[in-house]
Amino acid sequence: MIEIGHFALVLAFALALVQSTVPLIGAWRGDARMMGVGPTVAITGFALTALAFVALLSAFAQSDFSVANVWQNSHSLKPMLFKITGVWGSHEGSMLLWVLILTFFGALVAAFGGNLPETLKANVLAVQGWIGTTFLLFILTTSNPFVRLNPAPVEGQDLNPILQDIGLAVHPPLLYLGYVGFSICFSFAVAALIEGRIDAAWARWVRPWTLAAWMFLTGGIAMGSYWAYYELGWGGFWFWDPVENASFMPWLAGTALLHSAVVMEKRSALKIWTLLLAILTFSLSLLGTFLVRSGVLTSVHAFATDPSRGVFILAILTLFIGGSFFLFALRAQSLTTGGLFHPISREGALVLNNLFLTTATATVLVGTLYPLLMDALAGTKISVGAPFFNFTFIPLMVPLLVAVPFGPMLAWKRSDLFAVSQRLAFAFVSAIVIALMVLMLSDRKSALAAAGIALSSWLLLGAVTDLAVKAGIGKVSAGVAFRRLAGLPRSMFGTALAHFGLGLTVLGIVAVTAFGTESIATLKKGEALDIGGRHVRFEGLRPVSGPNYTAQTGTFTLEDGTKIESSKRFYPVRQMPTTEAGIKTLIFSQIYIQLGDETADGGVVVHAWWKPLVTLIWLGGLVMMAGAAVSLSDRRLRVGAPAARRAKLASAGGAQ
Amino acid sequence: MRLCRFLSVVLVLLAMALPSLAVQPDEVLKDPVLEARARSLSAGLRCMVCQNQSIDDSNADLARDLRILVRERLQAGDTDAEVLDYVVARYGEFVLLRPRFSWGNALLWLTPAILLLAGIGYAFSRSRAHNRQRAQELSDDEQARLRQILQETEH
Repeated sequence: MIEIGHFALVLAFALALVQSTVPLIGAWRGDARMMGVGPTVAITGFALTALAFVALLSAFAQSDFSVANVWQNSHSLKPMLFKITGVWGSHEGSMLLWVLILTFFGALVAAFGGNLPETLKANVLAVQGWIGTTFLLFILTTSNPFVRLNPAPVEGQDLNPILQDIGLAVHPPLLYLGYVGFSICFSFAVAALIEGRIDAAWARWVRPWTLAAWMFLTGGIAMGSYWAYYELGWGGFWFWDPVENASFMPWLAGTALLHSAVVMEKRSALKIWTLLLAILTFSLSLLGTFLVRSGVLTSVHAFATDPSRGVFILAILTLFIGGSFFLFALRAQSLTTGGLFHPISREGALVLNNLFLTTATATVLVGTLYPLLMDALAGTKISVGAPFFNFTFIPLMVPLLVAVPFGPMLAWKRSDLFAVSQRLAFAFVSAIVIALMVLMLSDRKSALAAAGIALSSWLLLGAVTDLAVKAGIGKVSAGVAFRRLAGLPRSMFGTALAHFGLGLTVLGIVAVTAFGTESIATLKKGEALDIGGRHVRFEGLRPVSGPNYTAQTGTFTLEDGTKIESSKRFYPVRQMPTTEAGIKTLIFSQIYIQLGDETADGGVVVHAWWKPLVTLIWLGGLVMMAGAAVSLSDRRLRVGAPAARRAKLASAGGAQ
Repeated sequence: MRLCRFLSVVLVLLAMALPSLAVQPDEVLKDPVLEARARSLSAGLRCMVCQNQSIDDSNADLARDLRILVRERLQAGDTDAEVLDYVVARYGEFVLLRPRFSWGNALLWLTPAILLLAGIGYAFSRSRAHNRQRAQELSDDEQARLRQILQETEH
């Protein structure tokens, strides 16, 4: 089976070469037969990659330790779920998943892109083919998961215990669906540059792909954040770690793309900019892959000692980013600019959005790469961590967030800021009142926290106001307003939902940062500590044994008898300890308990946090995803690109 | 994509025999104001043997030594800036998670401002160009011709 998988992957590479060239030449020569090769090859290439993936999957499921990758990352005693998710727990397997999703999206364009202009479709598939070719070559030459061991070991080395979690089942696939989903936008952009033609119809095809990719990336980042929160054991939800930044940059650029594509579709303005953003977003996805996969983040020197993978991805990166920007520089001038608009208009608001989002993306990019550059070029070591990013990123986000409720309420082309402000007066006054109440309740100490709460209330109420005004609530009778509300295009609900979700996330971040408390104590059985106004009693430690680990579990009880269990695990195969935090969710807030060392006199060190409204951070992410999903189901997108939309639903269904 | 982060954390964990917590009960200062200052200073100092972790989050021994050092300096009456100077003098700029402004990292600090201003400037100039374009929809020659045509039709 494993050799079949290996063989299928080599075949997929050969087909990707065909996909890269034949449709392109066909589109250039206007040869329908050559262009017709594209879809067939793309779909077959996907089937072969899927076969390779299934082969690796079955090797993991059967614990076939004659395969080096299985031996390094699995163990016969591991629960079946983690045997399967272990497929993408290693570098080789995760790259295979990356390519699987890439070919899957290519196959979707091939299968459902029937209404695309023939040459555009051929060019898009060819560009997808280029990406596929390079990554398949990368896997086959430097990261082959199908290498056999002889003699075969009896037992595996187990998967890194921190990865033995449900998070691994959800987080990487979602993240990759997002990353790789942007490759379709990239391919469309490059195809448009090759053809030298771009119009509103192009934006109608690209927008659903952007929405879908953005939806998955949002989910992937939110899921990763929650995973880190409960698994790493110090209760942080975002660390500004380079690896996190690697996924956050495409998200920021993708969010900008999502908004500029709207302008392009509706008003056929910002064409060149939208194209550039599509290229940038996928370039940042590739950069993220490079940063994470090359080892360059651990140290510039780690990159130098085992350069084969890193240099290969760096070459891919240079080829695609350099090539697409070269093509852009060559062709962008030939694209016509679109409609005019007044600065105070929906377009103007979306330009503002793009301005701040791209500046924020650049800030994160420079902050992430600067220490690497300083080390490599000047030999000086500096650190750029969370304090820097908070200091620069938050001031960039605040004006953008203040502007968010205005955006959807402004009219296209030319709008009246005063009239819109009047409609938003209720949301504005309410936000100020809420802020004042927070200020009073928190003993007038934290003006910054009150401002944060005001900002999130403003976002939440602004999103609701948007829908209320569009339905005419308060101006017409309730029945008419309700009918109008039900008749609004789904994309409007999508916008309001996504902005509402953003407000929830901001509220969660502000609340937990400003009002979170923590308590550290050494407790003996029967002793208690106070956290978040609650009395938490320690009931003692007991030993527990799991399938492939042993653990010490501490039990805590609240006054109402609710139990919280927190553990320290030890995985003997890898000789590694992990911590399983005890978490109790109380509506939206959480009590988070972590066990530390046992002391000589029979006590144990306990670290407890009160995390007010913390779950809103990730619930907000889910609401943003829901907004994207609702927007995707809009009839207007279906009319514009019926097939592309179906493709989107199929991919959404496939991910669940 | 977080895998690498986990791996790096694992490396740190591996360096210790058993998992323990970042701040230990015996480190906490009696004075809550001083302790709060210590915590916020710790959050800005890098654990030198970890991957992108502050000494406040890290459970490495070296991080603990540094936390205790910060608290000792605070108890000795140092201001926040003096504590940071003291730590930087011992461990170098690398220890600061928010680098100080210098010519070497001017680009790091100025990029956001430069980009934002350039973007606003560009958008503004484009919008003015558009306005001019609209205002000059008819050039002087065209105006003259228009008048001429109108006069001709009147006759």
